[in-house]
Amino acid sequence: MSVAHTQPLTMAPPELLREVHFDDEMETKISELLKRYPTKQAALLPVLWLCQEKWGWLSSGVLKAIADRLDLSPAFVEGVTTFYTMYHTEPTGKYLVQVCTTLSCQLCGASGLVEHLKERFGIDFGETTPDGRFTLLGVQCLGACGEGPVVQINNDYYTRLTVETLDQILDELPE
Amino acid sequence: MEPILLKAEHEKNSRALTTYLNRGGYSALKKALIMNPEDIREEVKKSGLRGRGGAGFPTGVKWGFVPQDSPKPKYLICNADESEPGTFKDRKLIHTDPHMLIEGIIISSYAINAYTAYIYIRGEFYEEAQILEKAIAEAYKKHYLGKNILKTGYDLDVYVHRGAGAYICGEETALMESIEGKRGQPRVKPPFPAVVGLFGCPTVINNVETLACVPHIIERGADWFASIGRPRNTGPKLFCVSGHVNRPGVYELPLGVTYREIIEEHCGGVRDGKKLKGFIPGGSSAPVLPASAIDIKADFDSVAEAGSMFGSGALIVLDETTDMVWLLENLLTFYTHESCGQCTPCREGGHWALEIVRRIRRGYGRPEDLETLERISRFASQGMTLCPLGDAFCGPITGVLKHFRGEFEAAIAKAKPLPKKKLPVLPVRSGRGTFGM
Ligand SMILES: Cc1cc2nc3c(=O)[nH]c(=O)nc-3n(C[C@H](O)[C@H](O)[C@H](O)COP(=O)(O)O)c2cc1C
Ligand code: SF4
Ligand code: FES
Repeated sequence: MSVAHTQPLTMAPPELLREVHFDDEMETKISELLKRYPTKQAALLPVLWLCQEKWGWLSSGVLKAIADRLDLSPAFVEGVTTFYTMYHTEPTGKYLVQVCTTLSCQLCGASGLVEHLKERFGIDFGETTPDGRFTLLGVQCLGACGEGPVVQINNDYYTRLTVETLDQILDELPE
Repeated sequence: MEPILLKAEHEKNSRALTTYLNRGGYSALKKALIMNPEDIREEVKKSGLRGRGGAGFPTGVKWGFVPQDSPKPKYLICNADESEPGTFKDRKLIHTDPHMLIEGIIISSYAINAYTAYIYIRGEFYEEAQILEKAIAEAYKKHYLGKNILKTGYDLDVYVHRGAGAYICGEETALMESIEGKRGQPRVKPPFPAVVGLFGCPTVINNVETLACVPHIIERGADWFASIGRPRNTGPKLFCVSGHVNRPGVYELPLGVTYREIIEEHCGGVRDGKKLKGFIPGGSSAPVLPASAIDIKADFDSVAEAGSMFGSGALIVLDETTDMVWLLENLLTFYTHESCGQCTPCREGGHWALEIVRRIRRGYGRPEDLETLERISRFASQGMTLCPLGDAFCGPITGVLKHFRGEFEAAIAKAKPLPKKKLPVLPVRSGRGTFGM
């Protein structure tokens, strides 16, 4: 079990993301990414990541700006974005708590964690707590099956969890 | 067997370039860069190395399909999508020894005359992507990457490309679509990637573990590599063991050890002193085998003979308490979630199968259900779909129905008549990208 070090996500408010322009810093990063590929379109996934890291989620304004920058249609960009489960087109909580519900983790007690989390947060999968702190997701295999049950909080993996260790991790997460 | 791929497992700072150099790292690269690319391809062919990503295709043979007279640039892709449930070896390799992988990528790129390589890594592996970025930066600094590598005139750039949550992007052509900035939907084959791959150019795609074997083959020779394991199933293999065992984890063992040795000796047997019921030998799409198969050899050919699939070497151990109807429901939930939706048998067949299994588990099974499940798996496998995901969801169905049919029949025999009131319909699945399961 690892020690909690996960930092909260910040979600840009929708008003801010209605119309988006990339500043110089973003422009530099995007140009760097474009050098890696022979086509502009190939930079789409990395640019989506870049924007999600900056603003927390991908509003239609963000998608439109990306489409313009990469010479793609907004509909195409949206089609790609929603194909992948890790891009968020709505704001999430500060902590994205993702429980693996696939076989190996289930064999090691994942369903107990799921029940506990739903009760602790008072929400179901796909929902966010009223205070905006936690979003709970059930996800498929995270590729750490030997250390199940596994929960990913934002970018970090927490493994071999029990209800007690998970509670301790959640309690220690920074404001 | 001496550890080869996991030699650095217990070493402090094993990821740093300095410790890798102390272990003799990058000496295979020096040797390779004065060889003829063709001779490297020959050596890898001679070693008998078979792809560790699941299909077990001979690596040297695959490299030989790249048309060397093509005027187009050639690409190498390292597949670090690691998304087949039960598999977690590539993550372990990246955590332990990223430079070994990078050295393998450079030698392999040189062998096929590629000047650009991409590492496609699943989006959830954030830490692992950073480990790779850091190791790549170190390698550039010491001129193992970039222009004029070690003053030999060979140039290579390596980039990390993160996925964003889609199992299907582990399939080679879906992965290429994903690098090109599209949805991860598999392409029609042929043409095969070796001829028309990434950006329409000749491309070789190999798994992390496959590429990590390459420096060792160059350093110690094809004969040495082929002396490990069994004929046609050569070399060391990373076994990922999960489920009901005392010591789950990644074990490096020669191909051809028995499942009994892995489970009983290395993993300390079944957890809580329970009896073994069965095991899934090659990642969750491989048909389950009963406990009586424990003495078969863990390699590509032996597992195929036993009616399953060696796949990525991921062993999921099931004890006597495992409910096989529940297991099938769990796995079908995974595969239906991951269908890309292009082919009807996979998109619809998976959902129908899942609905039937759910109904059986809730006590409303019908006598004709098992036949319907079998019909679905005939329709969705063996070339009836664009990519092998069709086969992947049929594997679990055929496995449990072959070896544990009695459990399904018992559930159906006890079934209640369907209630007058309509059963609650499954919530309509909102598309990919939205929350929920
Ligand atoms: C649905 C599906 C998922 C796959 N997922 C992976 C994966 O996560 N990692 C991987 O290396 N290969 C995966 N493969 C196999 C690849 O298509 C490809 O065969 C492999 O990367 C080739 O590498 P190898 O020859 O070194 O094994 C998958 C195949 C299918 C059909
Ligand atoms: S078999 Fe399934 S995943 Fe593969 S291409 Fe067809 S619909 Fe997509
Ligand atoms: S089954 Fe949970 S990480 Fe693989």
